[in-house]
Amino acid sequence: MANQFIHQEYLVAGNNFNSAGSASEAVKSTLKKMGVASSDIRRVAIAMYEGEINMVIHAGGGIALVDIYYDKINILLNDKGKGIADLEKAMQPGYSTAPEEVQRLGFGAGMGLPNMKKYADVFDIQSEVGVGTTVKMTIYFG
Amino acid sequence: MNKERSLTRILTDKALHTVNLDPEKCRGCVTCMRRCPTEAIRVRNGKASVDYDRCIGCGECVRLCTHNAKLPSHDSWDTLEDFKYKIVLPPPSLYGQFNNLDNIDIVLSALLELGFDEVYEVGLAAEYVSSVTKIMLDRKEVKSPVISTACPAILELIMMKYHNLQDNLLPVLAPVDVAAKLARERAIAKGIPAEDIGVYFISPCPAKVFALKMGIGVNKPYVDRVLSVADAYMRLVPVMNNLKNTKSLTKMCATGLRWGVSRGEANAIFHEKTIAADGVENCVKILEAVEDGSLDDIEFIELNACTAGCVGGVMNVENPFVARGRLYQLARKMSTGVNHLTDVGKSKEYFTWEASPMVKDVFVLDEDRFTAMNKLMEMENVFSKLPQVDCGLCGAPSCRAFAEDLASGVIPADTKCPRLEEEKNQ
Ligand SMILES: Nc1ncnc2c1ncn2[C@@H]1O[C@H](COP(=O)(O)OP(=O)(O)OP(=O)(O)O)[C@@H](O)[C@H]1O
Ligand code: SF4
Ligand SMILES: [Mg+2]
Repeated sequence: MANQFIHQEYLVAGNNFNSAGSASEAVKSTLKKMGVASSDIRRVAIAMYEGEINMVIHAGGGIALVDIYYDKINILLNDKGKGIADLEKAMQPGYSTAPEEVQRLGFGAGMGLPNMKKYADVFDIQSEVGVGTTVKMTIYFG
Repeated sequence: MNKERSLTRILTDKALHTVNLDPEKCRGCVTCMRRCPTEAIRVRNGKASVDYDRCIGCGECVRLCTHNAKLPSHDSWDTLEDFKYKIVLPPPSLYGQFNNLDNIDIVLSALLELGFDEVYEVGLAAEYVSSVTKIMLDRKEVKSPVISTACPAILELIMMKYHNLQDNLLPVLAPVDVAAKLARERAIAKGIPAEDIGVYFISPCPAKVFALKMGIGVNKPYVDRVLSVADAYMRLVPVMNNLKNTKSLTKMCATGLRWGVSRGEANAIFHEKTIAADGVENCVKILEAVEDGSLDDIEFIELNACTAGCVGGVMNVENPFVARGRLYQLARKMSTGVNHLTDVGKSKEYFTWEASPMVKDVFVLDEDRFTAMNKLMEMENVFSKLPQVDCGLCGAPSCRAFAEDLASGVIPADTKCPRLEEEKNQ
């Protein structure tokens, strides 16, 4: 029973700012139906949304695979975008390669990855230039 | 007027529903069900039925029903007999109902002719609310982005679905409550016995009727009766046309009047980074974005369930956009200033919540998380076998909602999808 989980998959369309956030919205809705604490839902929302929007802006889209357990959520974000050359740099608060027109939309503060790391209990990122990026996050429900 | 007569004369706790159905008129057409923003409506035995636990009182179903089967709840005009000393609170949206109105005093004087002893403008109270809001924002007393709580339909939605955002809520009383509080005190100070005083609000929407009856953010309701704008309109027009002398009564400035339309509240606090969204669907998008942390740089968010703001309330008579145009026109003729808090000589606490509204767990499938999870898995299982066309034949607004009703036991476990059944029989 404790090992049972709900699996959800979302396609995150590239360069479609309108649909960014819809995977996060659907996951939030499920967690609310489960009665997960709102502070935990908030952490999931932020981590998930930042991951989603990164795939939209920087990678031309990707997929989000979500496994929801009784006491935790595993989020896997995978894209076949351009990849990140210097991961250490990318993880620094304030570092961004977002083009100017995207920054004008209010993105590109360079806070996405640092915030994902901050709000997730387990955070792992793998990336290869020209191949793509994979982010794995786990958030435990208190 | 038979619409009015079919309503309870005065809404008591038991009859307290946001909207009521006239079963004779309802054809079970699924229009309201499909568009209810909280999926609170199901069609059972050919009639629309509302799950009131999920109803936020936005009035969308009343607006959409082409058969006039949905009636918004409010007190009837007969309740004017209930009190000896009657104070009426007209909302800013009321003034947008009248064609060629160039002076608010005409409406206020006509209200006195209709039998009220005193008027207190909700728009004036709104200006005090704006001053208090500005102070709280200047001092950063509330977590940003601060979310307005003036629209009770949106507040109810947040209490049901956005528990995350409780700390962002502006803990200030709605202008109508402030108006009622101040007006009642003023009458008592005049020497009128408290038990003789009745405070009447003229409401643009069922959400405000419900909120005022329940008393949201207050220890006990300040308003005694809640009438509808439409009822007031019908009685006001003939009186306004024959008004002999217009008394000088209005104190409200353009700032208060503009509270009747979307952006009015946000503009009144003079902060740079504000958002104003109207229409429930648009408000939902903003609330989701606040949860995701993508609006953290915004200072203040005004949300109105109705398109164009309270002029779009379903108990008005005029088209929201026409009414909005009129309010703008009227505002241009009015003082651009704003009434200051110092005029009333009350502390900030006078205007803030006396009691915090309670969150509601209406969307949780089960108290026990394991059971809730099982229901969710069952729901996914059922959903995967449904046609996923959201036709509404089953009486639920979407295939997903039908699956949820089945899994959560709202409908009998052996209920079949009528569309699939039909296919089978062909
Ligand atoms: N999925 C991805 N594919 C390719 N590059 C990425 C991806 N995610 C992040 N990056 C790179 O890492 C940088 C830092 O990402 P981060 O999310 O922290 O900031 P940002 O997206 O630029 O701005 P913000 O998230 O504050 O709007 C990005 O500017 C981008 O160069
Ligand atoms: S926007 Fe105004 S009229 Fe509409 S539900 Fe909210 S408070 Fe009522
Ligand atoms: Mg980012």
